Amino acid sequence: MTIMPNPPTQNVTQVMPESDLLRRSASTITPPAARQTEVAKLIDTSKCIGCKACQVACLEWNDMREDVGVNHGVYDNPIDLTPASFTVMRFSEWINPETDNLEWLIRKDGCMHCEDPGCLKACPAPGAIVQYTNGIVDFVHENCIGCGYCIKGCPFNIPRISKVDHKAYKCTLCSDRVAVGQGPACAKACPTHAIVFGTKEEMKAHAEKRIEDLRSRGFANAGLYDPPGVGGTHVMYVLHHADKPEIYAGLPDNPRISPVVEMWKGVTKYAGLTAIAAFAAVGFLHHLVNGPNRVSREEEEKAKDLTEGRSS
Amino acid sequence: MTAQNLEPGSPVHPGDPVTVDRYTPAARINHWITAASLVLLAISGLALFHPKLYFLTALFGGGSNVRMLHPWIGVVLFFGFLGLFLRFWKANLWKREDGTWMARLRDVLAAHDENLPEVGKYNAGQKIVFWMMSVLIVALIATGLVLWDQYFFDYTSIGQKRIAVLIHALAAIVIICTWIVHVYAAIWVRGTIPAMVKGTVTGGWAWRHHRKWLRELVGGKSGGRGTGAKPAK
Repeated sequence: MTIMPNPPTQNVTQVMPESDLLRRSASTITPPAARQTEVAKLIDTSKCIGCKACQVACLEWNDMREDVGVNHGVYDNPIDLTPASFTVMRFSEWINPETDNLEWLIRKDGCMHCEDPGCLKACPAPGAIVQYTNGIVDFVHENCIGCGYCIKGCPFNIPRISKVDHKAYKCTLCSDRVAVGQGPACAKACPTHAIVFGTKEEMKAHAEKRIEDLRSRGFANAGLYDPPGVGGTHVMYVLHHADKPEIYAGLPDNPRISPVVEMWKGVTKYAGLTAIAAFAAVGFLHHLVNGPNRVSREEEEKAKDLTEGRSS
Repeated sequence: MTAQNLEPGSPVHPGDPVTVDRYTPAARINHWITAASLVLLAISGLALFHPKLYFLTALFGGGSNVRMLHPWIGVVLFFGFLGLFLRFWKANLWKREDGTWMARLRDVLAAHDENLPEVGKYNAGQKIVFWMMSVLIVALIATGLVLWDQYFFDYTSIGQKRIAVLIHALAAIVIICTWIVHVYAAIWVRGTIPAMVKGTVTGGWAWRHHRKWLRELVGGKSGGRGTGAKPAK
């Protein structure tokens, strides 16, 4: 399905120039008048066989290496996302109470590329997180300061800070590949086409057909995961049990930017600076109106009298 | 009759004007280390608080340096303030006259010190600043450790870190406002700054603003009596 052409043999024009930004962290920008067609990656959990080809392709394309890890007794390897592993297959064993069947649910975890990205909202460093008009949310490492605010902003617990260079890492949706008309490396490598990439509209249409198929096979609650709480995402899932996303290794039911983060980055920021400015202004005005509080000559004399024992 | 009731080594020195020892060199060094760290923390913290202030990171050599240095300066502030706290907490215990002083805040602001009760080494305003600083610094260091990802990331959940970052920001705003009050009062009440620079104030200053303290020093009732004010040696 969809856009997975082989690499071009001639030079291609970049379709994602640096100026093509919808949002830029800690910056006020004017997005371009016309937005590029929104893209999306669709991950069909019902077609995933857990082969981890996507993890391998991701490490390879991004030129990352994992240290030899530890077997935790489950298939998840590594056990969690890391600064090198932008994607991890999460395996869940779930007994369907209706059929009493054991279902092996496999979800490829990674950045969801939210339309309303919490990481970008929390980021204090100008230009360290950008959102292209096609919907891809990307970290710009030369601007990243490693503060970890993106971790607090993210509703999906995705960014990881490197212990080596103290910068935040996550899935880029292969923005460098998409910029030249390629699909993400994971999608390219997926042997069952459980991962597909295209425009968001195409992906939704493709998902519809998959959901229809799944429903005809007895998965009455099959559906698309494109959570509205974060304005929809540019990585979507087809779930056989879309009514219970949490059974897929804790996929949040209704993700949204935490109200605590909203308060921190919203009212606190403005009210805080206003309060500080008000205190300084009141002090300035008080001095202007009242003048300094000076010690008088008589008071010095009285102190002298006291010390010399002439008064008490 | 010259200074007949002043013992040798008294903090009150006759002259014109009379000078009174207020802070020892150790207390002053302690104060200025704490002050410098508070200012550096405010600048580096504000730089990451609002994008319009991010340019302040340049003073530290960039955002990454701010991220790395800010927590360490916080540690310096904590121990610096701990020193001040141990030195001054007794003199900052609330006294009956402090309530009266607060009730006449209008006279305070109008510089009608003659309408105010005689107070010890610290007046009610100074005591409030002292206790605000104490509580806020504890809140800031506690939440700051939760946010110090480089060493303490694994000890708390992301939900706890979100709450910590909000409390840290709120406490920082309040402490900066408290600091403005502290600095403004020191500037407005002339003769105060020498107390922390040279260590001395004039007798007239002590008479006008801390008469009870001056009487204690002159009366030789030094050391843990009266208001508990601990006069500088």
